[in-house]
Amino acid sequence: MKQLSTKVTSNAHGQDSSYFLGWEEYEKNPYDETKNPNGIIQMGLAENQLCFDLIETWLAKNPDAAGLKKDGQSIFKELALFQDYHGLPEFKKALAEFMEEIRGNRVTFDPTKIVLAAGSTSANETLMFCLAEPGDAFLLPTPYYPGFDRDLKWRTGAEIVPIHCSSSNGFQITESALQQAYQQAQKLDLKVKGVLVTNPSNPLGTMLTKRELNLLVDFITSKNIHLISDEIYSGTVFGFEQFVSVMDVLKDKKLENSEVSKRVHVVYSLSKDLGLPGFRVGAIYSNDEMVVSAATKMSSFGLVSSQTQYLLSALLSDKKFTGTYLNENQKRLKIRQKQLVSGLEAAGVTCLKSNAGLFCWVDMRHLLDTNTFEAELELWKKIVYEVKLNISPGSSCHCTEPGWFRVCFANMSEETLDLAMKRLKEYVESTDSSRMISKSSHERIRSLRKRTVSNWVFRVSWTDRVPDER
Amino acid sequence: MGSLKKNGGAILSRIATSNQHGENSEYFDGWKAYDKDPFHHSRNPHGIIQMGLAENQLCVELIKDWIKENPKVSICTPEGVHQFSDIAIFQDYHGLKEFRQAIAHFMGKARGGRVTFDPERIVMSGGATGANETIMFCLADPGDVFLVPSPYYAAFDRDLRWRTGVEIIPVHCSSSNSFKLTVEAVEWAYQKAQESNKKVKGLILTNPSNPLGTILDKDTLKNLVRFVTRKNIHLVVDEIYAGTVFAGDNFVSVAEVVNNVDSSEIDVDLIHIVYSLSKDMGLPGFRVGIVYSYNDSVVSCARKMSSFGLVSSQTQLMLASMLSDDQFVENFLMESSRRLGIRHGVLTSGLKKAGITCLTSNAGLFVWMDLRHLLIDRNSFESEIELWHIIIDKVKLNVSPGSSFHCTEPGWFRVCFANMGDDTLDVALRRIQDFVSKKNKLAEKSSDNDEIIQNNSVKKQKWRQSNLRLSFRRLYEDGLSSPGIMSPHSPLLRA
Repeated sequence: MKQLSTKVTSNAHGQDSSYFLGWEEYEKNPYDETKNPNGIIQMGLAENQLCFDLIETWLAKNPDAAGLKKDGQSIFKELALFQDYHGLPEFKKALAEFMEEIRGNRVTFDPTKIVLAAGSTSANETLMFCLAEPGDAFLLPTPYYPGFDRDLKWRTGAEIVPIHCSSSNGFQITESALQQAYQQAQKLDLKVKGVLVTNPSNPLGTMLTKRELNLLVDFITSKNIHLISDEIYSGTVFGFEQFVSVMDVLKDKKLENSEVSKRVHVVYSLSKDLGLPGFRVGAIYSNDEMVVSAATKMSSFGLVSSQTQYLLSALLSDKKFTGTYLNENQKRLKIRQKQLVSGLEAAGVTCLKSNAGLFCWVDMRHLLDTNTFEAELELWKKIVYEVKLNISPGSSCHCTEPGWFRVCFANMSEETLDLAMKRLKEYVESTDSSRMISKSSHERIRSLRKRTVSNWVFRVSWTDRVPDER
Repeated sequence: MGSLKKNGGAILSRIATSNQHGENSEYFDGWKAYDKDPFHHSRNPHGIIQMGLAENQLCVELIKDWIKENPKVSICTPEGVHQFSDIAIFQDYHGLKEFRQAIAHFMGKARGGRVTFDPERIVMSGGATGANETIMFCLADPGDVFLVPSPYYAAFDRDLRWRTGVEIIPVHCSSSNSFKLTVEAVEWAYQKAQESNKKVKGLILTNPSNPLGTILDKDTLKNLVRFVTRKNIHLVVDEIYAGTVFAGDNFVSVAEVVNNVDSSEIDVDLIHIVYSLSKDMGLPGFRVGIVYSYNDSVVSCARKMSSFGLVSSQTQLMLASMLSDDQFVENFLMESSRRLGIRHGVLTSGLKKAGITCLTSNAGLFVWMDLRHLLIDRNSFESEIELWHIIIDKVKLNVSPGSSFHCTEPGWFRVCFANMGDDTLDVALRRIQDFVSKKNKLAEKSSDNDEIIQNNSVKKQKWRQSNLRLSFRRLYEDGLSSPGIMSPHSPLLRA
């Protein structure tokens, strides 16, 4: 290595993990309905591809925005030259209002407290640079998004200490888990600077409860540390319950202008809710002026393209569009999730009950040969190479219990999802029959009971299925 | 603000609270003054003319016309919307293949077709700002040193050092040899660094130079490549102004040297190029930065890091088409050079009429103006700053003082010429000529010198006491500030 930095030679970027290896396999043999019907179906990609038609329709009706014009006059030159790291004011205003709308207009976002970033990837890294020294630690509940290992730690030198969550209570954060994590950090001689949560959760697809949010706010208050809430999936909530943001909780506790509120920062992005990851639109929202100021300067390293800002400011300023979009998006996600869940159930597989996100947290513990991560990896390899589904093993998300997998449902057509479920069912049936021969009947009854009695089984009526809307 | 901010105990990082981003410097004063009083032909004819902004606005109409004629490159038009969903989800950090190919092709054309670039080595970044930071993260650890010839682009202090922890040591160039960089000067700086137990990881330079507008000659560049090979340190060449050469055909990219130097004398794993479309094409708003390395490990690492600053897929698609259109590209580069050359000529001859010379240059969007003869004390930077305040306040021009570029000799100023219309440049020149002739008359009365000094220090104090908020400004001379900096005609201002 020719005198390169340690960042080049380390693998702190995390890309050697199984999360990414599955992707590589998919790239070598990608499923295509006609050209490669036996290829691997990509179910490891948390993308929202369900609502592009709505945006395309809007574009057709709004030629000015499409053509970089304002009131019929071209503003190409102004946009070509616009590199102000404060961002296009009308874009930040529209983004703030969109974030408010997602939260039922219960809380307000001040556009001057928004800092734009190149995706939430960049937003999260920037916040780390602002809040942590190399060697400082942030506590994260497990399981968590594998990309955090790169985004939070790689170039910043920060550390992640896990807050262990378990299936015994649906992977919710408990006070004792928080305290344990904090103490663990101290044992490792790491200074804890804050807690980072993703809400709704990736990979769980669940929303943090009010109890958990209150717990977190109380915890950071007592420890005098920061709380980052990555709310990138806030617009994907499709259940009956409303999304509760940490900002709601601050409001409820009357902490909006308090000193604590300065240590609560929200990260957002348009990659999941609007399904526009290619446009690289992320945002940091902070009540701390210094954080806003420093992060704004840092955004120089990853500004949002001005033509993208302009297009999206027009899109998001159209309240009729945003209202319709959010509604429709939620409807379609709900239907698609149900399709996945019932397909899994037909294969005798359950998942964590969830009502948000673009994926389900699937319980395949009963398919493991042993209750180990080696067995999980073996199962995963079979699913990738034999069943031809790329799903993400829980270990890549730092889950402490083997046997859980994240399976995405919003990045493919209904037919492809059907096919994926068929393949899984066939596989499970084939392994079931070989298991039935080897397993004792006692064990069989136990695993059946788990399926029927567990609180986390999501039961769906077959009559809820509707035809594909794309 | 050297101390850590205590927020009831929860502390922000040193990076967040330090001044290492460099944006609190007094060089900001000129921008503040411009913001308060921006020139406009009819609405504010006595306002301050912005000559501190290195932007290329001379050929934007050519691009606009091309876009009008090619509606299918936009994902928003009826002709192009069928690509919308594929582009909207595309976040592969390899970038669109057509985009990489087009960029590689364009880079070759901008260098007169004398060299070709491999699309597989093209890595995206958030502008050259992002590219320079990324390359530092790849090549150096905190505490390591990079040598930079001075005078240099002021924002390097932020881009190369702020979050990376890398240290910059300048290699001072002087007017005695027209600020030319010599291998001897680099060698000397390298040795001095070694003597202080500093680990030098490489040399980074901008070619064509900002702020000088000059280009490195072939032999010096070859010798620099040989030097870094001998010392086993890196060479990063920021070629962001490669396409702005307006006279002569003698711009030599380091890529050419890589092809032409004997392979025993050069270790290509040490050679890296930074590029961008912000200057050559005048598209800083679209954030197109490129890291191009001959080192496979660096390409691989920089590509992973590009996740922190990918080019918007919408922009990639548009540029992939535009930059593959040979007819458009050739015409654009030719026309841009021609217009830059004319503009440069107008400025330098206008300055000559006022008895002001500039460093001979044939590239860039600015000239390096010599005002040493107007300094009260030729050896004092305080004099330079005082003169600068006079230029802003009395001549009503925002230019950039040499000290902001870490120049070691007082009296030099960078003056931009490609970010305004012909008429505005005329007004600026007239003002300079008026000022100089008045000053010559005043100089006959020696007591007036004392008055000027006194007035300036009073003015300086007033500015320092002013309550102008920093937070609405981007502080570097190559950056844009609030919408106020745009032409007052801009419809965006009315938004």
